[in-house]
Amino acid sequence: MDWKAEWKPLFWIIAVFAACFFLPVEAPRVQSAVIESLYLVKWYAQEHVLLCLVPAFFIAGAVAVFVSQTAVMKYLGPKANKVLAYGVASVSGSILAVCSCTILPLFAGIYRMGAGLGPACAFLYSGPAINILAIVLTARILGLEMGIARAVGAILFAIIIGLAMHFFFRHEEAAKASTAPVMGDEEEGRPLWQTALYFASMVGILVFANWGKPDQPTGLWYTLYAAKWWITSGLSLALGLMLATWFQLGFPRILLATIPALLSAIILPQHPELAFTFGVVGLSVLGNLKSTRDGEMGAWFSESWCFAKQILPLLLIGVLIAGVLLGRPGHEGLIPSQWVESLVGGNSVSANLFASVFGAFMYFATLTEVPILQGLLGAGMGKGPALALLLAGPALSLPNMLVIRSIMGTKKTSVFVLLVVIMATISGLIYGAFF
Amino acid sequence: MMKIQILGTGCPKCEKLAANAKKAADNLGLNYEMEKVTELNQIMEFGVMSTPALAVDGKVLVVGKVPNPAELEKLLG
Repeated sequence: MDWKAEWKPLFWIIAVFAACFFLPVEAPRVQSAVIESLYLVKWYAQEHVLLCLVPAFFIAGAVAVFVSQTAVMKYLGPKANKVLAYGVASVSGSILAVCSCTILPLFAGIYRMGAGLGPACAFLYSGPAINILAIVLTARILGLEMGIARAVGAILFAIIIGLAMHFFFRHEEAAKASTAPVMGDEEEGRPLWQTALYFASMVGILVFANWGKPDQPTGLWYTLYAAKWWITSGLSLALGLMLATWFQLGFPRILLATIPALLSAIILPQHPELAFTFGVVGLSVLGNLKSTRDGEMGAWFSESWCFAKQILPLLLIGVLIAGVLLGRPGHEGLIPSQWVESLVGGNSVSANLFASVFGAFMYFATLTEVPILQGLLGAGMGKGPALALLLAGPALSLPNMLVIRSIMGTKKTSVFVLLVVIMATISGLIYGAFF
Repeated sequence: MMKIQILGTGCPKCEKLAANAKKAADNLGLNYEMEKVTELNQIMEFGVMSTPALAVDGKVLVVGKVPNPAELEKLLG
């Protein structure tokens, strides 16, 4: 036996055996925690996947295909207008950084070849917080005002942090890369207004399909709620028309693809989700025909599919873990609610600071911050600290700090991390005081 | 011998670009070696901001998108 090589499997076997041997399945807290996590997964599956995540994946895929990175990066290049660069950097995350792995190269590019340190930091801070999937899921699960606060806070503080970084290091010239940036060719696309309408119809579908029932059965919100499926159908029709004409799919194919959804809507009008599902399937088929597979429809579908494949497993695991540890709102998981409440309850400076520091170092896989935060809120976390965690969390993590350090050095990285933590704490305090 | 470099930090798109480039190069019967550049600072040296990107013998040909094998064949040929 070669024990030098074999000790590792032996160690793991013993560790797993010991864990199974002492597994506290009979403890009521453990039992209820497991049940809680299953309830939470079921709730997500029923409430959030079909109407919310699926259209969001299609939008994210469309952003990746139809929004030209090159066009946006023009505003962040070396000759960019400095004032404009901050503004563009702070909002462009919503359309550029749908995939978290594209943030760091763009950040490094803006820093070393483009508009410089300030805009680069603004971009790095706001990017993960304002991408389309993150905002949709935050607003849907943690409430609309939290979603808006997250987006607005991220944009605002991104500019402040960027300016502060620029101010602190104004005497240092960045070690510029030896080469000028290579920009991709801008492709001949369709006119901007067509692309805008195409996105508007999809965002409209997402918003109205998820329109929540207001408390009072009167007023504009309720009228909109009552008509939500009519509006959603109208917008889907508009999207179909655009695909038929501008995307050159032709009316016969669009008609064939919509027939199942139409039939389902007529036969089973009490189950609009079913018609919605058929619509999504029809759209997916349109992206996979022999004649469309290699074109923009195919690219759109494969991008959307890529996001779904990447994010759904992570989200499932995140929801399960959040459920086991924290339970549904109003129920306890493994972690007692008093602990959470004593650490991050209320809206004190220490609670906000703790949430920011924890968020800054902890690594959250894409979107998993949402179920985790939902669990924490249910266990007694204050709304201020929750926003602090949302603002510090996805922008930073320990592995991510190490990469940033390799690009701009230890000193700048420390200042950046410090600024993020301070800003997140302050915004948490402000938000907690109001809501 | 051609040197094809795929620049990217390792997201699914970079893998796709590498696979497509390999297919294109094999179709053309090129004599090539393929290298993946994942180190960010090295990627910056190419002047590339949006990944994935493809460079041949140090010259960047594709930035921030994944062309299909047929398009890559035209670029490489």
